[in-house]
Amino acid sequence: MEAIVFWFAALAALVGALGVVFQRNPFYSVLFLVTHLVALAVLFLLLSAEFVAAAQVIVYAGAVMVLYVFVVAYVGGLEDPLTEPSPVVRVLAPLFAVGLFVELCVAIAGSSLKALDSHDAKLAPGFGSPEQIGELFLTRFLIAFEVVSLLLLVAAVGAVVLARREPGDATPPREWG
Amino acid sequence: MDVVWYLVLSALIFCIGATGVLVRRSPLVILICLELMLNAGNLALVAFSRMTGTADGQVFALIVMIVAAAEVVIGLGLIVAMYRRRLPMDVDQMSELKG
Amino acid sequence: MSLATYSWLVLAFPLAGSIVIALLWNRLSGRVAGVIASTAIGLAFANAIAATIKLQERPEEARHATSSLWDYAATAGVNVELGIFVDPLALFMCLAVSGVSFLIHVYSVAYLKSDRGYSRYFAYLNFFVFSMLLLVLAGNFVLLIVGWAFVGFASFALISFWYRRATATSAGMKAFVINVIGDVGLVLAAILLQRDTGTLDLPTVFARAPQVFAHNEWVIVAICLLIMVGAFAKSAQLPLHTWLPDAMEGPTPVSALIHAATMVTAGVYLIGRCYPLFQIAPTAADISAVIGTLTLLFAASVALVMTDLKRAIAYSTISQIGYMILAVSIAAYSAGFFHLMTHAFFKALLFMGAGSVISAMAGMQDMDRMSGLRRALPFTFGCFLAGALALAAFPGTSGYFSKGEILELTASRGGLYDVLYVVATIGAFMTALYAFRMVFRVFYGAPCEEAKQLEGGHLAHVEPFNPATGESEDTDVGFPGEQHHVAEREWEMKVPMAILAVLAIFAGLIQVPGVDDLVTAFLEPTFAGAVLHLHASDATQMLVLSLDALCAIGGIALAWFLYVHRPGTTAKLIERFRGLHTFLVHKWYFDEAYELIVVLPVRTVGRFADEVFERQVVQGMVNGTVAAVRAGNSLLRGAQTGVLRDYALLLLVGVGGLALYFLVVAR
Repeated sequence: MEAIVFWFAALAALVGALGVVFQRNPFYSVLFLVTHLVALAVLFLLLSAEFVAAAQVIVYAGAVMVLYVFVVAYVGGLEDPLTEPSPVVRVLAPLFAVGLFVELCVAIAGSSLKALDSHDAKLAPGFGSPEQIGELFLTRFLIAFEVVSLLLLVAAVGAVVLARREPGDATPPREWG
Repeated sequence: MDVVWYLVLSALIFCIGATGVLVRRSPLVILICLELMLNAGNLALVAFSRMTGTADGQVFALIVMIVAAAEVVIGLGLIVAMYRRRLPMDVDQMSELKG
Repeated sequence: MSLATYSWLVLAFPLAGSIVIALLWNRLSGRVAGVIASTAIGLAFANAIAATIKLQERPEEARHATSSLWDYAATAGVNVELGIFVDPLALFMCLAVSGVSFLIHVYSVAYLKSDRGYSRYFAYLNFFVFSMLLLVLAGNFVLLIVGWAFVGFASFALISFWYRRATATSAGMKAFVINVIGDVGLVLAAILLQRDTGTLDLPTVFARAPQVFAHNEWVIVAICLLIMVGAFAKSAQLPLHTWLPDAMEGPTPVSALIHAATMVTAGVYLIGRCYPLFQIAPTAADISAVIGTLTLLFAASVALVMTDLKRAIAYSTISQIGYMILAVSIAAYSAGFFHLMTHAFFKALLFMGAGSVISAMAGMQDMDRMSGLRRALPFTFGCFLAGALALAAFPGTSGYFSKGEILELTASRGGLYDVLYVVATIGAFMTALYAFRMVFRVFYGAPCEEAKQLEGGHLAHVEPFNPATGESEDTDVGFPGEQHHVAEREWEMKVPMAILAVLAIFAGLIQVPGVDDLVTAFLEPTFAGAVLHLHASDATQMLVLSLDALCAIGGIALAWFLYVHRPGTTAKLIERFRGLHTFLVHKWYFDEAYELIVVLPVRTVGRFADEVFERQVVQGMVNGTVAAVRAGNSLLRGAQTGVLRDYALLLLVGVGGLALYFLVVAR
């Protein structure tokens, strides 16, 4: 049972990823990303990380993707061609990616990673629950928590500054006129 | 399911994301591919967390998510600023930092 | 206050004067700088007198003192202090130096009134006096060499005072280079002394030297020869004399002070001070005496044909210092220093008079153009005449007694020294001749154009020009001021000249042979360790003194005959002895010889070093390195394309590489 769900979710994730990369219209890329994120949430559930899964759906797929959609709508979907003027990058890039993948697989599956235990650990009850995560955030990882809050504040302020309207900017596109 | 499968999947998604960053020309799509890579990392973290039985990996994954959100905010702000100043939305043409 | 305190004050006042004027140079208006400088020297002179009084209060054996400000260097084997050594010789020199300097300062206050570099002049002049006093009062060789070097610098700065004149700056460089040769000799001598006696302290070295060195051992002879090199460079003796005539490019008071009365006598002081060393090395002392005599003959011969007034007096200086060197080399110490003192008086006086004459001639220094200035410049004529009489050793003047004493003591030693005596007497005749050649040519005869103007009350004035080359100049800073000042019109010039004239005529009375010997008595404590105590017999004395008087009067008479009675005679003589005359006019071709032997090779080496070594080798290496770096740089710059994706690719490649490395290592 678990395996089937895994395979389906994995497939969905892969399709989403490939779609992101190979779609010409950015809007479609965003939609594929949403699919991918939801598939990942399912995988998180399989790994007993309920809270993370929920956060993935709500925060990532919900909020961050909505941001993307807004910006894509504002900026306009440019159909950029996938073909490159420079053949070097076109050939080299996928090659390197493949090389990296092979390397990582070798690392993972090979005997060099001794720490990898095929037998899953015994899980304590409440593993991955909001209570545990919350307790961890407020005790062991308090500083990280505070810092990251500050980071969000800074990011928000930065975004406002960056996206300010200056004289001489283009007016928003009037798509319905 | 073996944790290894999750890890292999994570590596695959990471590499697809890397390809996307290198191959696409619109900054917006590059950002989205970056999201792919980050999520791959998240998957690996949660898998390891499941393997060791501690929730540290999950906390790490959550923080990665937060950081990704912050980065997205800034990145999209940049893109909006680029658009407003009528710059071409093409990463190859924005090469003023040439040595 | 104690003797040591007075001595330190003698040093302190000129140094303070120099520093004050140097710091406030552009805030001192009018003649304030001159007043400050003169006051500083006057105070130094007063303190020197006080120190002398304090010294004379002590018993003869105790008439010396050392005083140290602080330990400058106390390392293994070398112990150098900032200390002075005060004894009769040092104070004698201090009195002479500060006294004459004071008079020349006062003279300069008026002489350089219209020069734009007024404050700079007095700062340098005060610094010079400080250095000279430091040299004289130094208690160890290090401080002596420091004073020696400072004096050389001050001389350079003042020769090149009118620095926009090319002839002046090259003359300054020439003086400095030759002085440095002397410095090297002196430093080497000091090193050898330190090595063998283990100390640089003057009294200690002189006490240990007889025990360390055998009589006439080659080391001590070498040391004395090196000291002589230093002395001859500073005192312009053969063969290191070529700088002094060129040093006349400086202002006339500078010539009076540095190149007549004080700096050039430093060599004489050095040999006199190091007399214990020369006593153990008679060979060196003999060589020194011979060179001194040759110099005095050479310089007198050249002075006979010089047409530039200041250069004639310069050669006269070289000649008279030859007498002093002769004296201190044959152990006639007090005679030598007595002549040093009288020479300071009458030579400074001659230069001051020359300054007045040149001012009357609107900057012209050529004697061919001067004549009949007697009525236009009566006071200058009187002073100049007094100086010339003393120089010629006219009986009764100070020069007569001082030169006479040297001659009689030379004769009294016998042997080789008889030859030297004869040469020195011939030199005395020539001295009288050239001295009065100057007097008669400048002041007698029909008045020249400028003289007529001056008699009418109007000081001649022409466009500013360089007396040596004739090229025109302006009167901005770096060139002389536009006005010229004659003694008749400036009291600051009259008073010192009058004082010096009185001294030149009457100062000899302190050491009349057979009557009194104040100088010898005063200097006796310093030279108490002398082996030879020269004393001429009465017969020798009579003979020498009368011969000297004969030479003086004979020279004056011949000069009268040649230049006043039958004015055209010299032209005919020059025609008949053209070769000899040319030889003398070219100063025995020393300058040309040096140009060939020294300057040309050095210049060639320098040119080679510049064109080949510097430009091609060194610069080539530097440029080559730069080019290599640039090439590498442009190679690496290719990686900065500015395209985002190239950077991302590089990142990924790097990550992959790292992972590969860790994979391999872990296996």
